[in-house]
This record gives sequence, C-alpha cells and structure tokens, in this order.
Amino acid sequence: MTGPRTLYQKHIDAHTVCELDDQGHVLLYIDRQVANEYTSPQAFSGLREAGRQVWRPAATLCVVDHVNPTAPERDAHMPDPGGARQVSYFEENCREFGIELFGVLDKRQGIEHVVAPEQGFILPGMVVAAGDSHTTTYGALGAFGFGIGTSEIEHLLATQTLVYKRLKTLRVTVEGEPGPGLVAKDIIMELIRRIGASGATGYAIEFAGPAISALSVEGRMTLCNMAVEAGARGAFMAPDDKVFDYLKDKPRAPRGALWEQGVACWRELFSDPGAQFDREVTLQVGDLEPMVTWGTSPDQAAAIGACVPDPLAEPDLILRQDLQRALRYMGLQPGAALSGIPISHAFIGSCTNARIEDLRDAARVAKGRKVAQGVRAMIVPGSTQVRDQAEAEGLAQVFREAGFEWRQSGCSMCLAMNDDVLSPGDRCASSTNRNFEGRQGAGARTHLMSPAMVAAAAVSGHLVDVRSLQGEV
Amino acid sequence: MQPFIHVQGVAAPLLAANVDTDVIMPKQFLKGIDRAGLDRGVFFDLRFQEDGSPNPGFVLNQAPWQGAAFLVVGPNFGCGSSREHAVWGLKQLGIRALIGTSFAGIFYDNCQRNGVLTIQLKPDELKRLGERVSQPETAGIEIDLPGQRIVLGEGESIAFQIEALRKEALLSGLDAIGSTLLRSEQIRAFEARHLAGNPWLA
Repeated sequence: MTGPRTLYQKHIDAHTVCELDDQGHVLLYIDRQVANEYTSPQAFSGLREAGRQVWRPAATLCVVDHVNPTAPERDAHMPDPGGARQVSYFEENCREFGIELFGVLDKRQGIEHVVAPEQGFILPGMVVAAGDSHTTTYGALGAFGFGIGTSEIEHLLATQTLVYKRLKTLRVTVEGEPGPGLVAKDIIMELIRRIGASGATGYAIEFAGPAISALSVEGRMTLCNMAVEAGARGAFMAPDDKVFDYLKDKPRAPRGALWEQGVACWRELFSDPGAQFDREVTLQVGDLEPMVTWGTSPDQAAAIGACVPDPLAEPDLILRQDLQRALRYMGLQPGAALSGIPISHAFIGSCTNARIEDLRDAARVAKGRKVAQGVRAMIVPGSTQVRDQAEAEGLAQVFREAGFEWRQSGCSMCLAMNDDVLSPGDRCASSTNRNFEGRQGAGARTHLMSPAMVAAAAVSGHLVDVRSLQGEV
Repeated sequence: MQPFIHVQGVAAPLLAANVDTDVIMPKQFLKGIDRAGLDRGVFFDLRFQEDGSPNPGFVLNQAPWQGAAFLVVGPNFGCGSSREHAVWGLKQLGIRALIGTSFAGIFYDNCQRNGVLTIQLKPDELKRLGERVSQPETAGIEIDLPGQRIVLGEGESIAFQIEALRKEALLSGLDAIGSTLLRSEQIRAFEARHLAGNPWLA
C-alpha cells in the first residue's frame, strides 16, 4: 500500500516500466519527444551505425528552430553552411525514420517549446523529454518535461524509454498578489535569485499557491521554463481548468468522448493531501518589484530599484572572485544604480517570453513611443503562429511604428546560434533566460527581464522600471 | 565506450562556480552533424587569445596541467544548455573524470553516457584536493574506481561514493541502448497497458 503521493511521484510511478535498483533508478517510459536540428544529428547517426529503428516515430515531433535566420522576409535558404547541413540532415532523418517535421517554411514552425503546446502535442499527465534544457516548459500543462543530451535522445528514439533516477521533490508555494506590471518572469527571477543557480539541483519542483493559480497558462510556461536556471530537472504544477481551456480544440488535442475521458483523468493529477516533499520554499510576491540581472548567472539579479552589489561584501574568496569577474565582464561598477544603465540592444524572443501574451505586454509599452536613438530593438515571435496572431491583433503594426524590427520565429538571439549575434561590448535588455558570458555573442552583455521591461528599456535607451512610464502597463 | 577502471593523470583546478556549457563549448562549435573536432572548442574563449594563440594565463595551457586527465571544478559545473558537445569536447581533450561538489543534472547524465566519471566530494574535501592539485608537484593523482578512492600519494587518498548502477556501467563500458533493448518485451507490454489506459495518447 502506498501513502499519499506527490504529483511527481504519481507521474513517475505511472511511467515506470521497471525498477532497476533500490537507489531510485527506473526504466522510464516517455510519452512524447520534441527534437531540434542541432542536438539530434549525432543521435540519428548513432541509430544508423547500430542498425536500429525508431521505436515509435509518432511520439516524436521535429522542429527547426535553433539555426534558422529570423530576417523579416523568410525563405528556405540557410546562409550558414553548418546550419544548412544540420537542417538538410534533419530533413533526411525525419524522412528516413518516418518522423513528422515542421520545416522552416511551415506555418506551424517556431521555437519547439512554443510550438508543441500550441499544437496540443503535450497533454497533462505526460512525461516528455527533449534535447533541450528548457523542456521544463511543459510543466505548465501538468506534464513533466525535462531536458536530455544527445546520447539520451538516441536511447529514447531506440527504446521510447530512459534510464532515469528519481529526483527529490521541492514544493515552491507562491503567495500574495503581484502588483500591476509584475509578471511570471519577475516571480521566477526572484525565486532563482533567492535559492541560487543550483538551488534546485537534484529536485523536481512543484509550484503551488494562489499566485500560481492566478497565472495564465502562458505565464506558467515562463515559470516552468526558467526553473531549470535554478537547476531543477523538471518543474510543474497541477493542471486546472485554465489548462483544459487552453488545450481544448488545439490541433493535436483529443476530441469528443476521448477529450472528456482525458479531462476526467487529468482532474486527478495533484499532490495528495499530506504528501511529503523533501523540501519546501515559500515565496511572497505581494511586494515584488520588476527584476533585472546585473551579472553573468541568472541568480545574479535584483529589483530594478536596486544597485549593483559590492563584491568586497562577500566573505568567501572564490565567490568574491566570481562576483568580481562577473562585474568586469558586465562593465559595471559596484554601487551603480541598475535603473539608468544604457543599452545598445533590446531583444524580445525565446521560449521563455515570446508568446502572444508577452507580445501584448510589450506592445502596450511600445504603443505611441519610439525606440531610443542608438538602440537596435528586435521582436522575434515564439512561433510563426504567434507572429500571425500578433499581426492580426495589430501588435506588429505597433512594434513597427515604434521602430522595432518585426522578425520571423526561431531561437535567434537567445543563444545566437544563427546570424542574430551581438558584438563585443554590446549591452542587451533581453526577455530570454540566460545571461552567461558570451551567450548572445562573444563579449556581449545580457540583462534578463520581462518583455514589458525590455520594451521600456528599448524606448528609454536604458534599464528602467516599466511602471515609471506614463500610460498603461 | 572506453571502460573506466584505474586512471592516472594530472588534475587541473578550475574552481569558479556555475561554469556553464556555453563557456565549456561556445556556439560556433555546435554546427556539426558529427562529434569531430570538438576538442578545439573546449573553453575556447578562455583557452585562446583573439589571434588564435593559446592564452598563457589559462590553466590548461600551463605546465603541468596542459595534458590534464581530470578537472577539479567549482559548484554547479555544467549548468545551462543541454549540449552534449561540451562532454564530447572534454573527452576528446583527454578529460576522463571531473571532481566537484555538485554538477548540473543534464551535464552529469551526459558525462555518464560518455564514460566520463563525475565524482562529488564534500566542500572541505574538494578544497583540500583543489589546493593540492594547484601545486605543480602534487597535481598528479590516480582515480581507483573499483576501490572508490582518489589516490593522492603514498598512503593518502580521498574516498568517494558512487551508485552501483553507474559504477558498473563505467567499469564495463557497456552500450546502454543495447542493455535496455534486452527488455524490449517488458517495454512493449508496458506500452500496450499504458496506451490502453490512456487512449488519448495513442
């Protein structure tokens, strides 16, 4: 007999083919996989070399997103020879192994973690793995998603399973009501700041509490997406009516009686009362302020009203050297106010923050304003479908009139694997997920923040509290 | 996969916290469809100067650490992107094991799948090891996986823990997919039950 179980335990129990030892290793069945052109090639090569087949081709969806250009006029041409080779090999692999592909000219193309939910490919109760760390995004739908490397992609393609070690569980209860202009991005950045870049390493996070219920499904995706920046190998929350409303009538979602049957089952997906978590964290967000990063790790963040910290206040020598190195890289002085730091670039994009609600937030700030002189501002919608919707809603027009570049979809300058790359010394307000050294280009400096904060920085020419701008935020 | 049993070599200290996979393997090395040539990309911005020459200030370019077989690393090593290119590159550079206090989850699994041993020590043990291998004359160590110890010198060693399943895979160098496929019947039976119980998944 089992006692009360957490949501995580329920998901893993329901997908365990067999136990492999008494240390928590199991053979885990994976319901769905999403693959991209840059982490999958060697996995397919491995299958070929060993003469193996794909176990269940329909469980995988392939999407081109990392290397394609995002220039406003789209064609199939890949200007970079390496990227071109990856895309053509990806196409060959999908053809040969019978896997569905959304190529760059497909109207359903976009960033894999934006595309899979909007297609209804991911459903509550699923366990999903993909060769990208931000696979945690799917937690917003009550699925458990996690990133894997290429060897694991090959293992998954060949067996539909992974050799998996059960994680410890961490419940993050988020209480209070964030003020106007505060969004999911601010909540997750505050959590990462508080628990650190490895604060959830070895854990699966379950988000709970009134502030989570109040978030939209897209906001929850932002939250789960960035939980990996705290080291969480997966992050999710119990699915609710908002999730079911989001999924209903999506292209791949079940219909009719099957839908009803699914929803009835998904309503049972929650942690049992009394279930024990290995760790609990409570976050009060009632007095949260808009967050920005000042360093080169996502936990090096502060409220926009704060100042750059002083490394000399850090007693530990190695940590002090890390801080000094981060400030040197970022070109910032201890004690400088974060608000007012001038930028050269503004980027709204990525699987963290480029869905339709993000673009609406940014457009409210951009409307009737102009991008500041000397700033290059780019909008890269999370998917082609998001782009089309934003055009239909008039958001694209708002951005164009304000002087933003309105581009095609892809991962783009979040990791700069395509031709959207910053130069050394450039400073970018970015709605993305990682402010690592060189992430957006060698020597380039990244400040992470919400899409509305990026728009506010773009029109101001410097980091600024979006709430200080006149008009609707 | 090359088995890992007893390995001797030099250990290089790289003790900064949160060294991410973008730093270990920058984006310009991710454009291949095979694993070739990734040794060049490892720590590229740290290892090489703008003109392409080795940066003399970086530990892996200094004697005796330039041929290191092990890295002694800071907390949360390998965080960020899932790119296995980081591990392929380290392995091609000759790195057989990483010794730290904590590793990011995906990176840790990627190491295991490539036969690169990751050892987790307590912070005080790691500090001791880090100080020791920072001195050229004591940078050489031996890792004894069957005995689960890092041999520092005559009669001096640090014991470490490793799960039996991981240890066995490293010692044997076995193909993980081949092992799992031995359970094909079990997977098929599970799958049939699972899809019947959740028909919207089929």
